[in-house]
Amino acid sequence: MLNYTIRRLMFTIPVLLFISFIIFLLLDLAPNDPTGNLPMTIPPEVREKIRESLGLGQPIHVRYFKWCVQFFVNEPLNIIDQMFGTCTWGCEDRLRVQSWATRSPVVDLIVERMPQTLWVVGMSYVVGILIAIPIGVISAYRQYSWFDQAGTFVSMVGFSVPTFFTGVLMIVIFSVMIPTDSWFWFPSIYDTTHKVTDLASFGFQIRQMAMPVFVLALYNAAQISRFMRASMLDNLNQDYVRTARAKGMRERVVLLVHVLRNSLIPVVTVIALGVPQVFGGAIITEQVFKVNGLGQLLIIGIQGADIPLVQTLTFIFAVLIVLFNLIADILYGILDPRIRYD
Amino acid sequence: MPDGAQPVLDVRDLNTVFQTRGGEVHAVNHVSFDLKKGELLGVVGESGSGKSVTMMSLIGLLPSPPAEVRRGEVLFDGRDLLKMDADSLRDIRGARIGFVFQDPMTSLNPVFTVGFQLREPLMRHMGMNKRQANARAVELLELVGIPDAKQRLKDYPHQFSGGMRQRVMIAIALACDPEVLIADEPTTALDVTIQAQILELVKELRHKLGMAIVWITHDLGVIAGIADRVMVMYGGQVVEQAPVRELFKNPQHPYTAALLETIPHVRGDRAERLKVIEGQPPILGAIPTACPFRHRCPVAFDRCKQENPARMPVGDGHDAACFYDLAKGEPRDA
Repeated sequence: MLNYTIRRLMFTIPVLLFISFIIFLLLDLAPNDPTGNLPMTIPPEVREKIRESLGLGQPIHVRYFKWCVQFFVNEPLNIIDQMFGTCTWGCEDRLRVQSWATRSPVVDLIVERMPQTLWVVGMSYVVGILIAIPIGVISAYRQYSWFDQAGTFVSMVGFSVPTFFTGVLMIVIFSVMIPTDSWFWFPSIYDTTHKVTDLASFGFQIRQMAMPVFVLALYNAAQISRFMRASMLDNLNQDYVRTARAKGMRERVVLLVHVLRNSLIPVVTVIALGVPQVFGGAIITEQVFKVNGLGQLLIIGIQGADIPLVQTLTFIFAVLIVLFNLIADILYGILDPRIRYD
Repeated sequence: MPDGAQPVLDVRDLNTVFQTRGGEVHAVNHVSFDLKKGELLGVVGESGSGKSVTMMSLIGLLPSPPAEVRRGEVLFDGRDLLKMDADSLRDIRGARIGFVFQDPMTSLNPVFTVGFQLREPLMRHMGMNKRQANARAVELLELVGIPDAKQRLKDYPHQFSGGMRQRVMIAIALACDPEVLIADEPTTALDVTIQAQILELVKELRHKLGMAIVWITHDLGVIAGIADRVMVMYGGQVVEQAPVRELFKNPQHPYTAALLETIPHVRGDRAERLKVIEGQPPILGAIPTACPFRHRCPVAFDRCKQENPARMPVGDGHDAACFYDLAKGEPRDA
């Protein structure tokens, strides 16, 4: 297994380099202008100068190489320096990946935005999984019961109604129609500056997370519960279930040990594959609730033609996707003894 | 065969119905039989004749719905299994009545070790802790002839061959020293040499442990080799029942006779084609009011269309459900 993991990790290096190059090419092809948001009074010659100062005058392979050096060499060195307070080679004038719009290092921006995304989107993923697995198990065990029918209906809704609709609907109901002093009122805007210091502020943090988490959890739970149900149904009719019953095992053991253990194998894989989306942030939901997470950062970057920001962020998503693909494969090997990787 | 011994299992007038989209299917009709202590009862019949469904009905292993055991009595140790609640039935299942199923490739849970699956019934029924169960599991694997038993407990089912897996299944079924072992076509999925090994194993274990066995198969050759008594099923009912030698020598039901005819002979004319019984077995939408075999029967006459024959004694410990006396070549007197 270790050998396999190392081999796969080695293989990801050329893959990721290739992906980063493709992203770079695509962004270069995009018809946008980093000076487009500047005041109209700035004359074209000055704009041209600004573009040149951003390095846009150089040929594409040079720019790509410079980004590679900045991202793969300078940024890791910078992280080491910050962690240990050292000053490795060239720390005085080291060039980091700079955002064109804010003139601050992209990695710092990402670190700033990460907690909001992880709290809101990550929490919704966890909540979604915790809701989905029991629903899937019960729906399959009691197939076509009223519980299953209700579960199917809710999943259909969660699946087919987009989050920008459910999000706005929630805002209309819980932030607008309900009076502000009611216990059922929830804030429609996520306040990043809010600090949790005591129980009351913790309560407020929960309240401001509630709506975006609910909207995203509904969507996640809809997907995962369907998957869980299908996987359980596949396994419930297997011969080994009859064997377990013939051994006189209790129904609870048959279901939650024998069937669930088998059914979780594909579900865990799907859950692992979904994790990069958590980091990617639910772009639309973050917009609706004004959560200034990674999704929102990406949107702002795209709108402002902030190429280094978009390039770096997109590449980090690509790394996560490749990484979690590998993790899913390894989990599969751990969970299913029939799978061997050597 | 221990003659005149007490029956450990006494089944009376069992009826099982499946609810399907096309209506009810009466899979088991008026099945009665008993199983004596230490006896090996062979159950033969073609696919869909109700052999497996009968045995699964006894012990509540059929999924309900769609299956429903509508009528009957299954006396085991003086109690009616069909009237028992699910919990008490579970205490008997796997402890006092063991099961071996047809396909050893799929009957074991692929994600648990063989040791885990062997320990389960021991810990559930015998109140053993893990260490005791492990020790017993090693004994059991040795009993069914798996070498290097202690090591193999840690292996997963896919690390065993088909024959070895069936041995494991037998070990699981025997874990709690059951009085009855129900083997549902245990050798059908195995190739012939492995089949012979498993048969030898069962014969040997039977003498060692002295349990009664119900052996379901559609292979008459297997039955001839191990059974004491044979029950032939057709269309969800028992059509003939006799001691094994008597049945092979003197079949009294035309279906049994036809089945015996289909056995290919090793000696004799090579050009001879395999014999078949023409036609298809019936799918029973209702309890049959006529003989279910009449369409395929070479000696069927008027009465067979009007009444469903009950089993009647035709010899010593031999009964058959037929209006026609094959030996005399004429209808029996009513």
